[in-house]
Amino acid sequence: MYSIILATASRYLLLLLLMFSVFLLFRGHNEPGGGFVGGLVAAAAYALYFIANGIEAARTIVRFEPIMIIAAGLCTAVASTLPSLVVGKSFMTAVWVDTGIPFVGKVGTPLLFDLGVYFLVLGITLCIIFSLAEEDRL
Amino acid sequence: MLVLLAIGYCASALAPLLYKRFRENFGWIAVIFPLFMFFGLLTRYPQIAAGQVIRESVPWVTSLGVNFSFFLDGLSLTFSLIITLIGAAVFLFAGAYMKSYAQTGRFYLYIGIFMTSMLGLVLSDNMLLMFVFWELTSISSFLLIGFNYHKESSRKSALQALLVTVGGGLALLSGIILLYTVTGSYEISSFYDKSEMITAHALYPAVVVLVLIGAFTKSAQFPFHFWLPNAMEAPTPVSAYLHSATMVKAGIYLIARMNHEIGGTPLWQDTILITGAVTMLFSAILAFKQTDLKRLLAYSTLSVLGTLVMLLGIGSKLAIKAFFIYLIAHSLYKGALFLVAGTLDHETGTRDVRKLGGLYKLMPVTALTAALASFSMMGVIPLIGFIGKETVYKSILELEYWGAFLIAGAVLAYALVVMVTVYVGFKPFWGSMLPTPRQPHEAPVKMLVGPGVLAIMGLLFGLFPNFFIAAMLEQSAQSILSETISLKISLWGGFNLVLFLSFLTLMLGAVFYLIREKVPGGVLRVSLPGIVRPSVWYETAINGVLSFARLQTRLVQNGYLRNYIIFFVVTTVSLVSFPLYRSAEQVTMVPDFSITFYEGALACIILVSTLLLVTSKSRLKSIVALGVLGFSIGIIFVIYGAPDLGLTTFAIETLNVVLFVLVLYKLPGFLKLSGSLNRARDAVIALCVGCMMTLTVLFASSFELSSALKQFFAETSFPDGKGRNVVNVILVDFRAIDTLGEITVLTVAALGVFALLNLRPGRRK
Repeated sequence: MYSIILATASRYLLLLLLMFSVFLLFRGHNEPGGGFVGGLVAAAAYALYFIANGIEAARTIVRFEPIMIIAAGLCTAVASTLPSLVVGKSFMTAVWVDTGIPFVGKVGTPLLFDLGVYFLVLGITLCIIFSLAEEDRL
Repeated sequence: MLVLLAIGYCASALAPLLYKRFRENFGWIAVIFPLFMFFGLLTRYPQIAAGQVIRESVPWVTSLGVNFSFFLDGLSLTFSLIITLIGAAVFLFAGAYMKSYAQTGRFYLYIGIFMTSMLGLVLSDNMLLMFVFWELTSISSFLLIGFNYHKESSRKSALQALLVTVGGGLALLSGIILLYTVTGSYEISSFYDKSEMITAHALYPAVVVLVLIGAFTKSAQFPFHFWLPNAMEAPTPVSAYLHSATMVKAGIYLIARMNHEIGGTPLWQDTILITGAVTMLFSAILAFKQTDLKRLLAYSTLSVLGTLVMLLGIGSKLAIKAFFIYLIAHSLYKGALFLVAGTLDHETGTRDVRKLGGLYKLMPVTALTAALASFSMMGVIPLIGFIGKETVYKSILELEYWGAFLIAGAVLAYALVVMVTVYVGFKPFWGSMLPTPRQPHEAPVKMLVGPGVLAIMGLLFGLFPNFFIAAMLEQSAQSILSETISLKISLWGGFNLVLFLSFLTLMLGAVFYLIREKVPGGVLRVSLPGIVRPSVWYETAINGVLSFARLQTRLVQNGYLRNYIIFFVVTTVSLVSFPLYRSAEQVTMVPDFSITFYEGALACIILVSTLLLVTSKSRLKSIVALGVLGFSIGIIFVIYGAPDLGLTTFAIETLNVVLFVLVLYKLPGFLKLSGSLNRARDAVIALCVGCMMTLTVLFASSFELSSALKQFFAETSFPDGKGRNVVNVILVDFRAIDTLGEITVLTVAALGVFALLNLRPGRRK
């Protein structure tokens, strides 16, 4: 069931939703949002694209294997725990660096951790959706 | 010492790589490693002999009291020297013996790990550290017994050895922890002055029983002895090293080490005395009907281990002396004889003593080595084994009550050991030549040096006992008894009762040999009824566990999702409702009925969608209803001021619907599969869950929760966490380690989904 309206709309919506998800991710520290919900929204964006254009197109646009995204997310989250050891604080203590860049401001390991969560959630959701969608093709 | 162990593990890790490079000559390279350690330890000999104790401690987990603390005294130095010396012989021997095996590199890895762990075990001062090494030796033993993993008997024996020794290890761990609660420390050296306090403590009997179970399983004492003969499935160098000279002595080491600290009471002494004596006699009798070279040796090892434990049980100065000499003597001759057995197996292709004979002409060096080691094992003057046997008899004769029984038992057991020796050390080489599966010829140098050196050392130690072992005996006795023994060791004690007993033993041994030769084969195949055989108890226990697991799997893990859910839900309801019922009067049932318009409308939507969900005949309708339900709950979160939760719920519900549609797409049309009775049952369960949740919420809201945490997070969120969203700061900063754990679990779950859906048999890719 292919709908040209949905297919066209989904292309723009994908971009918008992805931007929204990143916005949620960055906003999370001070306002409602965060990596988890950001990742879910991003996954929903791709899910919409998949519904409109089919699994092949969705796989092409995601580019990476979902399993790889999960791995990248988990690695990022784990990597964010390491700077504290380098600085000499106890494990997993947040480390902040003031970049001085406007709108970005202070960057710290919690953000990196949240980024890891974001990718992990995105990867897991896509992994499940893609696996289910391809399930019947034996 | 920590450095020494680290080198050991690194060298083991390198072994497979080096083996690939050198292959043929690897035996000569590998032997450098134990020899290096041997001489490294030997440099400490003068210090230890002078009565010093070398200590070393590197903090590890100080908050738990676990440290890399080591100490080297007479007892641990003696064990370390035995471990490394026999290690050297075995490493060299294996270079030739293991040539035909496919994974010799891996073999060296395992045996290197074993040797290092065994050293760690005898050097550790910290009991938990010792336990770690203790288990490492069990695991490397498992890997080595199962080295021929393509054989089912190997795998079974490996598992048996692992389960018995690791099970005992668990008991030991509990014993260690109890000991910690008594003394407040894991350091063995700190127990030294506290032995009175420990033995007077209420937990003392439990400590003794648990520690001894650990020691008895490891050292294969009755009734845990059965794993050792089965462990003979391992390649022969392994049997020589782990299962006669070193690992099985770990339990004995533990008893000796703890003897002063937690011993000295009737409970301790009698338990080990009786267990040791039973093992000594029982396994010697079992040896009578064996025909396999290695099994013969294994049963004689058991008998010796029993004797050693018994000597510790006697616990007199003379007994400790006998223990010490016998320990060294046994390691030397048994190591040599096992290697000889390996040579025979390697050269002739059989280990059946009935098929071996007259090999002297073809293998003169091996025959001489075997003879020398055998004389030591039989206790013939002037070898170390003779002194060992003499002192054993002397120390038993000192005993008042048990003496007569024990000496009879010891002579009988010893005579049977003599019989075993004749079978292993002489019968294959002398007499008439018998045809063997392979054409034998003299073993390569690599297989001669090790056993030869061990056998000659047996002779030297016997001739000059005071030069070689007196100093270590003195220091070890200090550790075992906390008393100084400076008894002179002498080869010749004059014509007396003990000498007569020695002579009697040899005669009896010869008689047993002759009887054994005459006995028809059928008699030897008779075995004891299962009820008195611990190996049968083991089999029964294992089979019982397996069938219970099968039964439980069939009951609980039956593959029907609905049953899983029922199990979950019913368990939860019953667990939660009991405490709820008990504290029912504390619940303040004052529902606030001032409902706003939004709340009322939401409640209506939720009710309607729930009804639709359960009654609908169309799956799509149900899923839509489920989505509506989820979104309504999200709105509740928003109304009550939890926007984070609301946001997340919306996202999840959206994806949920998508996922459900994807699954639904694959399913056949709606079918009414469950009967009305089932549906009624499900309805009751569902209602119970609903009631329980409602009650729980009421219960929770009738208490004012302590707000200290809430306040802490609210106050520190911005200054410390640099974020105004408290929930998020908790998630990614304050409690980030929880989140890390959760996302790891999520990853594993996703991998599970992926595997279930993508890796089914028949699915390509």
